[in-house]
Amino acid sequence: MEKQSIEQLQKIASQVRRDILRMVHAVQSGHPGASLGCTEFFVALYFSQLNHNPDFKMDGKGEDLFFLSNGHISPVWYSVLSRSGYFSPEEMNTFRKLNSRLQGHPATEEGLPGIRIASGSLGQGMSVAIGAAQAKKINGDDSTVYVLMGDGEQEEGQVWEAAMYAAHWKVDNLIATIDLNRQQIDGPTSEIMNLIDLRAKYEAFGWEVVDTLKGNSMSAVVEGLEKAKNMSRQGKPVLNLLHTEMGYGVDFMVGTHKWHGIAPNSEQLADALGQLAETIGDY
Amino acid sequence: MHSDNWLKPLAIINSRIFRPFTEENMENTLDLKFTYTDKKDTRSGFGDGLLEAGRRNPNVVGLCADLIGSLKMGAFQKEFPERFFQTGIAEANMMGIAAGLTIGGKIPFTGTFANFSTGRVYDQIRQSIAYSSKNVKICASHAGLTLGEDGATHQILEDLGMMKMLPHMTVINPCDYNQTKAATLAIAEHEGPVYLRFGRPVWPIFTPANQKFEIGKAWKMIDGKDVTIFATGHLVWEAVVAEAMLREEGISAEVINIHTIKPLDTEAILDSVAKTGCAVSAEEHQYNGGLGDSISQTLARHHPAPMEYVGVDDSFGESGTPTQLLEKYGLNAANIVKAVKKVLERK
Repeated sequence: MEKQSIEQLQKIASQVRRDILRMVHAVQSGHPGASLGCTEFFVALYFSQLNHNPDFKMDGKGEDLFFLSNGHISPVWYSVLSRSGYFSPEEMNTFRKLNSRLQGHPATEEGLPGIRIASGSLGQGMSVAIGAAQAKKINGDDSTVYVLMGDGEQEEGQVWEAAMYAAHWKVDNLIATIDLNRQQIDGPTSEIMNLIDLRAKYEAFGWEVVDTLKGNSMSAVVEGLEKAKNMSRQGKPVLNLLHTEMGYGVDFMVGTHKWHGIAPNSEQLADALGQLAETIGDY
Repeated sequence: MHSDNWLKPLAIINSRIFRPFTEENMENTLDLKFTYTDKKDTRSGFGDGLLEAGRRNPNVVGLCADLIGSLKMGAFQKEFPERFFQTGIAEANMMGIAAGLTIGGKIPFTGTFANFSTGRVYDQIRQSIAYSSKNVKICASHAGLTLGEDGATHQILEDLGMMKMLPHMTVINPCDYNQTKAATLAIAEHEGPVYLRFGRPVWPIFTPANQKFEIGKAWKMIDGKDVTIFATGHLVWEAVVAEAMLREEGISAEVINIHTIKPLDTEAILDSVAKTGCAVSAEEHQYNGGLGDSISQTLARHHPAPMEYVGVDDSFGESGTPTQLLEKYGLNAANIVKAVKKVLERK
């Protein structure tokens, strides 16, 4: 897939945000907050970083792979997958509805192209990404494996089992990103379970760490991902700390945990869509 | 370690019921339909099977959570170091890594104790392996009471139930070294998630070497007409012994080896019970959720018939030798005989 300019990526991001809001509004359920906050990351990854093939094959041989560990932000992933050609954007109409391939949380059961494992029960994605990365090494495939986790998800113990393992066994074809929006369902992470210094924690576990301080600036996100890529394959797994704002792009949703798992009503949707240009065309 | 203890309850039974009974004259004392010359632990069947599977297929890989010796995975690790993954004491991570390895076409065999292969990582198995239909072979040793002295913390008696409830999961519980080795080779060629359960004690090897293992196909080991004993795992041997004891009393028992708990061979079960009219299940597991549950569900739906369970009745285990534990918790040949007599009265 040819690389897009920052300006083109921003246009795609605006459309992806509209998709997220419209999907969630249509079924009055889903998780818009962190989907909006991670939009730049997903767009940058799928439209400028990943070597991937929308003609989906489960084994992804010779391709970079992406795993979403915090599966509840499925709306942003579904939008980006369909907008990059994995399935028709029209299928977004079925999000979270009966008989859909677009399950509330990503799943392989219905065969949605682009999804390689179910996720949603938190803490499991990095382990899976490690396995996929090690399989690539055995297969002599020098592609990169990416995984995204939430920051609240760092409270799960399995994440640290995986972090310890990846450093010990030098899984250096792995780039993990943490969506550092400092919010979780019940409130700010500083109040619910203080993460303190994730850079220091991961460095202590033996990782290389990149900070992407402006996780909602497309150029900064691209730069962060490229920096992470350059640091990979040097004996250590790489962590990209993506500083984002939950709900970014919609003024009344930004910077609060309130919209973690709440859908906008019709009036709020109209207000939100008024702030986001329709660039590719609504589904 | 437990090699010479396993026959003691039989000796006790025989001192009461039959002639004095020792390991040396067993074949003379009871007319067993299956006998043995050697004993080995079923986990060694797994270890040897894994090595062989690794030689046959380069995609077979092994993972272990700091129990390589206990799981008998050392030979595989030594021969295929680049295809072996030591995860440390981190079973949840091991299950996730195994799921990820399948995406690159690998056939991962995870190894740890049955307790840590199931209850400890149920959600990881459920989401990343079963729901995602990943080709992971969850290989679980030290299952059941015959783990022995380590006690109830490690003697899982609920694993078959947990695993059989998961959609897409195949559940296998072989009876001896040879069958465990054959099962290990068979699951390497089977596409889909599998739970393979085996154990620690040395146990008679009474099934043939190099047997063909057909997943989901029950094996009628002994023909009978009065009652069917459906046994799985270590208790298949107890069922073989029980059949000989019953025969001496003029009771004809059919013994069926249900090595595959799921998918269950319902046809074999129904055919047998249609003939015998009653059933006894025998397993090293809780009544709840085990083989007995699966059989009674089959009978209730298709052919209601009297049935008795030999298994653990809603309790945890404890420390002791395997033999002592099988006796105390009612899981040996004598208890199968008792259950048969009870079910025959209900016919």
